[in-house]
Amino acid sequence: MTGDIVVISVASMGGIGAALSLFLAYADKKFKVEEDPRIEGVLQILPNSNCGGCGQAGCRMFAEAVLVGKVPITGCVAGGQAVVDGLAKLLGVEAQKANKIVAVVLCHGGEKEALKTGIYKGEKTCVAANFTSGEKACSYSCIGYGDCVEACKWDAMAMNDNGLPVVFHDACIGCGACARACPRFIIEMHPIEHKLFNYCRNKDKGAVARKVCKVSCVACTLCVKDCPQEGGIDMIENLAVLNYEKCLQDTDAPIKRCPTKCLLYGEEEKMTKAFYYASLKKPAA
Amino acid sequence: MALTFKHGIHPDYYKELTAAKKIEKALLPKKVAIPLQQHLGAPCQPLVKKGDAVLEGQKIGEANTFVTSPVHSTINGKVKEIEKHPHPVGGKVMSIIIEGDGTQKEWGNGSIGLDIEKITIEEIRAKIKDAGIVGLGGAAFPTVVKLTPPKDKKIDAVILNGCECEPYLTSDHRLMLEEPEKILWGMKAIMKVLNVNDGYIGIEKNKPDAIDALENAKKSIIPNLKIIALETKYPQGAEKMLIKAILNRKVPVGKLPMDVGVVVQNVGTAKAVYDAIKYDKPLIERVVTISGNGINEQKNLMVRIGTSFDDVLNQCGGMKKDSEKLVIMGGPMMGIAQTNLEAPVIKGTSGITVLAGDAIRPSDYKQCIKCGGCVEACPVNLMPYRLTDYARFNRPDEFKAWGGLSCIECGCCSFECPSNRPLVQWLRVGKLRVREAEKGSSK
Repeated sequence: MTGDIVVISVASMGGIGAALSLFLAYADKKFKVEEDPRIEGVLQILPNSNCGGCGQAGCRMFAEAVLVGKVPITGCVAGGQAVVDGLAKLLGVEAQKANKIVAVVLCHGGEKEALKTGIYKGEKTCVAANFTSGEKACSYSCIGYGDCVEACKWDAMAMNDNGLPVVFHDACIGCGACARACPRFIIEMHPIEHKLFNYCRNKDKGAVARKVCKVSCVACTLCVKDCPQEGGIDMIENLAVLNYEKCLQDTDAPIKRCPTKCLLYGEEEKMTKAFYYASLKKPAA
Repeated sequence: MALTFKHGIHPDYYKELTAAKKIEKALLPKKVAIPLQQHLGAPCQPLVKKGDAVLEGQKIGEANTFVTSPVHSTINGKVKEIEKHPHPVGGKVMSIIIEGDGTQKEWGNGSIGLDIEKITIEEIRAKIKDAGIVGLGGAAFPTVVKLTPPKDKKIDAVILNGCECEPYLTSDHRLMLEEPEKILWGMKAIMKVLNVNDGYIGIEKNKPDAIDALENAKKSIIPNLKIIALETKYPQGAEKMLIKAILNRKVPVGKLPMDVGVVVQNVGTAKAVYDAIKYDKPLIERVVTISGNGINEQKNLMVRIGTSFDDVLNQCGGMKKDSEKLVIMGGPMMGIAQTNLEAPVIKGTSGITVLAGDAIRPSDYKQCIKCGGCVEACPVNLMPYRLTDYARFNRPDEFKAWGGLSCIECGCCSFECPSNRPLVQWLRVGKLRVREAEKGSSK
């Protein structure tokens, strides 16, 4: 009788299997989701890091958007030139230059420069500390607990010994996670061509700003006068604001007479990852 | 068994430091900074320019919306500047800086009492609005808004809040002892505006002298007023807890006391209402308790709005010369730590607490041991240990689903935590993240 059991079980299980597979084959045809076959191709070119720097929810969303032309092929900030070239080839459009953008921390008021008026004893994260006035007297400054470094998934930031975050110019892919993490909006995303920055966000009057930090913008307007292009730098709310469309970034003339050295030229590109870690090993001068 | 609510905590109150000290008039400040926003709602626009002469009680800032409150000059003098000035709630706010000329106005000082039958409801409302009166308990919600309920909401009870459950503070306590008649006349006016017959005053049992004073005073003013002795427990003075204790009504999450037919006012607000109706005196001064172990002389002072914290502390013998001090606007449970003593006293400043030495809580914290102390303490029945994890790891959806938005930030959970975890701070982060997430998704 053992033979019968084998036959019955093989036949019944096999029959069920065959019936279900037929149903699945039918369902696959009937309920097929039509998808652009090129999405897979685009995804192979993209970094697939889902960093969100393009403004989409992830790489797949970007792939769908780029195929219907909602976003330009230069939209992927993480990929760089290789992705732009790849996408241009795949989609048969003209190759373009990639927009490389990097994060810039616009506050240089660290432990050494900023005046401290309090002792903060709460949770050591910026978002929590921002409910209080924080330790520094300047209410626009970097709080210094490194929420941005925490947010950076690319190992492109670190807190230096002065209590300020630094961005590694070569490692930053421009996803903007750090800028979103900063509760005081000190970090801005800039195209790599920008070299001139005002590293201060203090909107108080010069005398007040000067008291709380050695490297604050005191609204002296010398840079406004020294900028070779008319309207390249404006003084808005006691702060020198660069107008990047007009200010051509070709000279460091505006920074020459800056009394507090809050306006600097070409600082960002010096800070590469190798440079930073090499500087750590050197004893302080 | 006195009436109360479920959960809550029993901190050390330290009220004895100032409870027996009479309210003194503070010195006339030489300079005041009047922030254009001292209340919940829209900020004011300045009505004066730099260089203008202003008089005590003159309206100097106003906004054209419903939920707002005008601000007034608190001294005679000249507008020195209109600029951003440190604000005790944090950051800098546009403020009108006035330099005084050393003179002051005499406000009416006749017999106490109102001709309540003769004044119309509209008049009372207009006077309260013009006087810039806001809730003096601390949150500074414009009073006239509370007294103008929408037509479909029937108000049947008014509660005056005399609990003062924050440790150290005694400003309301002193006011109830020294000016009970004015408080009761103010209450009568409030009850008339709302057309309500049921009035209650909730006072914690630890202030028997205040209960007696009001019992004696009410006979001739509002005989049917009920004065309720409540258990001494924190946060008994929170609006929702008070309504639960006195009327056994529960204010639903996200709703106002108005939705269950109740209006709650602070006793200080009632006194300000009386002053506004009787003397047309705007809200230019308030009682501030200066207390704590870090100050040389604890006092209850009648301080003009806009006086800097520095000025006020100097009148109390200055701070002790310890290495580390903690200056808080309000009490230690819900107050706001100050880093800049140039910040002015505002309408919501019920006290300035200066702590030093052992009174300052150490900052290091340990792991959560899941003891449930925070759950047991939470007066709004939340699970703080769980919510704080959702806040820390940025999960706003769960934070909201577990009711994090109904947290009243009373501080009971942090107080109870044996591991000293900063739970309230994380809860505030959580609320912020929910707001950010909602803003992001509505784009």
